[in-house]
Amino acid sequence: MTDHDHHHDDHSELSETELRVRALETILTEKGYVDPAALDAIIQAYETKIGPHNGARVVAKAWSNPAFKRALLDDASKAVGTLGHVSRVGDHLIAVENTPERHNMVVCTLCSCYPWEMLGLPPVWYKAAPYRSRAVKDPRGVLADFGVSLPKETEIRVWDSTAETRFLVLPMRPKGTEGWSEAQLAELVTRDSMIGTGFPKLPGAPS
Amino acid sequence: MTSAAIDRATRALPDLPRDEDGPVFREPWEAQAFAMTLSLYDRGLFSWNEWAAALADEINIAQAAGDPDTGTTYYRHWLNTLEKMIARKGVATIETQHRYRDAWDHAADRTPHGAPIVLRPEDFPPSA
Repeated sequence: MTDHDHHHDDHSELSETELRVRALETILTEKGYVDPAALDAIIQAYETKIGPHNGARVVAKAWSNPAFKRALLDDASKAVGTLGHVSRVGDHLIAVENTPERHNMVVCTLCSCYPWEMLGLPPVWYKAAPYRSRAVKDPRGVLADFGVSLPKETEIRVWDSTAETRFLVLPMRPKGTEGWSEAQLAELVTRDSMIGTGFPKLPGAPS
Repeated sequence: MTSAAIDRATRALPDLPRDEDGPVFREPWEAQAFAMTLSLYDRGLFSWNEWAAALADEINIAQAAGDPDTGTTYYRHWLNTLEKMIARKGVATIETQHRYRDAWDHAADRTPHGAPIVLRPEDFPPSA
């Protein structure tokens, strides 16, 4: 029996706790006690305070350690597992590398499998259905909306999660970070840079 | 929602998991539960003193039942408190809350992996 024999059911799964939270949110919204947009705004204010944010550490390590980078691009689940924080999103994770020739962008954030443990919470706009369809048809336009402009010759590839794969974008290491420690580098890695809708912070830019 | 409201909440709830900037959450649902509570407080459903007392009761019950209280279960107690508060204030009974929970479970079951989970009327059992 290998790992490949293991298949998840093809339907969505919510934990008991998630079900209870969704139940309350629906009830309170229907009765007019809470406004979903106001809830989103509160949660968004804490987006950097939710979860372990493993992704930035993974990216920083790949930037500083060529052997780890090769291992990550070869089998991201396995490579991330060696760092000692295997979580449920560790399964079926694929890392895609940005290069001058190709920029990667991830669109699946609507379902319950979004890897928030790695990436942090998705931005609110990212969950909107129109974004998903537009990102597939006009990725360059969507990126431009977010202030991300890429050279014309850079190909943009859009990744949509399937039932069993999640994606992590490995952004390009910013220039001017030679000799930086992994911890320093991790500070530059933003959530948006790991879903391909932004770049890492530049050295010296205010955090 | 103002940051002043959040400051008041964190002052009224000394055990709230936090770092130097304010509250921190282990999982997204914890932040959702926190946000709902903040909204209900804002609407005047309860005071922070009342909330803190109810949460302390919940934690005492859990500890008496052997909860290790390492901080990892804080928001489980918080969610229990929120459900009971919503029932006590007459917003929705525990039975109603269970009905919605089961409906969400049904919605998740019929939603293919990768698609957004949306609650529909047919997720509720037909009323007797």
